[in-house]
Amino acid sequence: MRKISFAESINEAIALAMRQSENVITYGLGVPDPKGVFGTTLNLQEEFGSERVFDTPTSENAMTGIGIGAAINGLRPIMVHQRLDFFLLAMDQLINNAAKWRVMFGGNSNVPITIRLIIGHGWGQGPTHSQNLQAIFSHIPGLKVVIPTTAYDAKGLLLESIFDEDPVIFLEHRWLHGLQSDVPEGDYRIPIGEAALVREGDDLTIVSLAYMTIEAMHAIEELNNLGISCDLLDLRSTSPLDWSKVFQSVKKTGRLLALDSASGSFSISSEVVAKVSMHCHEDLKCAPKRLALDDIPSPTSFGLTKDYYIGAKEIFETALKILNKPPANTSNKFLKDHPHDVPGDWFKGPF
Amino acid sequence: MNLPDLQQAMFRIRLIEEAIANRYSEEKMRCPVHLAIGQEAIAVGVCANLTNEDLVLSSHRAHAHFLAKGGNLRSMIAELYGKVTGCSKGMGGSTHLIDTAVGFMGSTAIVGNTIPVAVGLALASKIKRSSSISCAFFGDGAVEEGAFYESVNFAVLHKLPMLFICENNLYSVYSGLDVRQPNRRQIYEMVAGMGIEVDHGNGNCILEVSQKVCEAKEKILSGKGPQFLEFETYRWREHCGPNYDNDIGYRSEQEFKEWQKRDPLREMFDTHSEKKIMDITKKISLEIDDAFAFADESKFPQESDLHEAFHLTSI
Repeated sequence: MRKISFAESINEAIALAMRQSENVITYGLGVPDPKGVFGTTLNLQEEFGSERVFDTPTSENAMTGIGIGAAINGLRPIMVHQRLDFFLLAMDQLINNAAKWRVMFGGNSNVPITIRLIIGHGWGQGPTHSQNLQAIFSHIPGLKVVIPTTAYDAKGLLLESIFDEDPVIFLEHRWLHGLQSDVPEGDYRIPIGEAALVREGDDLTIVSLAYMTIEAMHAIEELNNLGISCDLLDLRSTSPLDWSKVFQSVKKTGRLLALDSASGSFSISSEVVAKVSMHCHEDLKCAPKRLALDDIPSPTSFGLTKDYYIGAKEIFETALKILNKPPANTSNKFLKDHPHDVPGDWFKGPF
Repeated sequence: MNLPDLQQAMFRIRLIEEAIANRYSEEKMRCPVHLAIGQEAIAVGVCANLTNEDLVLSSHRAHAHFLAKGGNLRSMIAELYGKVTGCSKGMGGSTHLIDTAVGFMGSTAIVGNTIPVAVGLALASKIKRSSSISCAFFGDGAVEEGAFYESVNFAVLHKLPMLFICENNLYSVYSGLDVRQPNRRQIYEMVAGMGIEVDHGNGNCILEVSQKVCEAKEKILSGKGPQFLEFETYRWREHCGPNYDNDIGYRSEQEFKEWQKRDPLREMFDTHSEKKIMDITKKISLEIDDAFAFADESKFPQESDLHEAFHLTSI
């Protein structure tokens, strides 16, 4: 099968949806510009015209409300923000309107809107360009929250989101945009709320999401070398969250490590630890653990980000602790041939 | 609609709102109510110019807009009672009214937040080549919200079939215009600076409202883009609730009395005989009594109704 990047698969999903239904529109600051939102919206205006694909004023709140109104009146808008953080200006429209509309009108009206938010990481993105706020959105009943890892999942989940009848927050970690995977050409859908079992094993359940899943795969490779095998569950959606797969895995392994790309307190990983403690208490062989960022805004300096973010090394070390194994020498492990604040050579900044 | 019809539509809304106020102490309407008594002319004058295909969104003070647009009275009163027969199945209350059959697309309780949604309705109408226009009702407080400016800007930019109706009743809860906006700056003049055609008028004169809305709609339909109309008016009762509150000190009894002299129904009362008024009242009262009886007899929604309404697809 052909390999394409996460960004290309997003672009392909939007184009497919727009060909399928003339009710699909897509807009956001920079959508038709030469960069095309990191390549995800390239060539869309050329194919579908400026009425269905358009740039917008810098008005996050109203543009969200306008999308809600268009959705109520029969369209399926896809809105995008190059950084999640700007979308915080639209919390009134998101929380008071989009999330509530269906229930506060007794099911007489609904809002099929998809809101793509890109999460920054590294290269000095700092406190207001790299927030992983999946927990905030997941806390609001009435919103679905999708956070894919692979190009394959991104396409299938985006198509599902666009044709969903309710508002979907679609989170894209910037470091995943360049990542390639096998992606079928046509339309396929991945249901929202189904986690993917990325690695299978018996000793430990690692629950992960988005970019953390990539780091977890590297950690598991090294753990395998020590004879330790892990279930790696990539959540793919945090609302609804695939609890049955999480519980099933923990019942098998008896151990849980919940990963998060956000600050730890009140996070998705907190909820995973809480629900597993409540539902799998008797199956647990030891206390569940959470590995997340410190409760402090993310720093900007190259000198500070190295120790702020967690990666394969920390996951590896924490896994050994959970399993009561002696610490292993990691000085020759998890070495990268590029600086810590970029995902690879393909990323040259500035954002 | 001719003048007697317009007057009767306003009078009907007045009697319904007064019935709500009179029965509120029964404690069966267990939700906040924002009554539109005194402000009926704008709702009626605007909606008289709209068809069922034209789409309306409103704010917390939505009863008059809902009724003027043709919203079902029984389902509105049942909604205030929190009953499953309500227009939002009892899940919205007074501030969340909807009747899509007549183009009343909803109302919400957050100041200014239906304005962009209304612009979105207009955007979809334009893209779908529909001939319907979209109308947002909001107050003088809403023009202090960022969402208002963002919405007007986009509507002008895309020349959307959009009618902005600002009901300036001088107060946001207990805060008068003088503590919220600079003195001598007129809302419609400020808004004109955004490149939208504006007009303003006496919101208590039904013929003036209707005439200005008629002209604005014609302009919208002829492709001249969105229109903004500001109408001055005054709410008679407290911001939220069934009572008068001129005694608590944020506005004067004298100011209230001055505005009462400008009652939108004054001309009707002056020109109709007492008997004629009694006959109309009797007829409308029957309809009101029926609606309250319907609401009272209806059932509360069950938990299963809540889950059904909330049912999110593909979970």
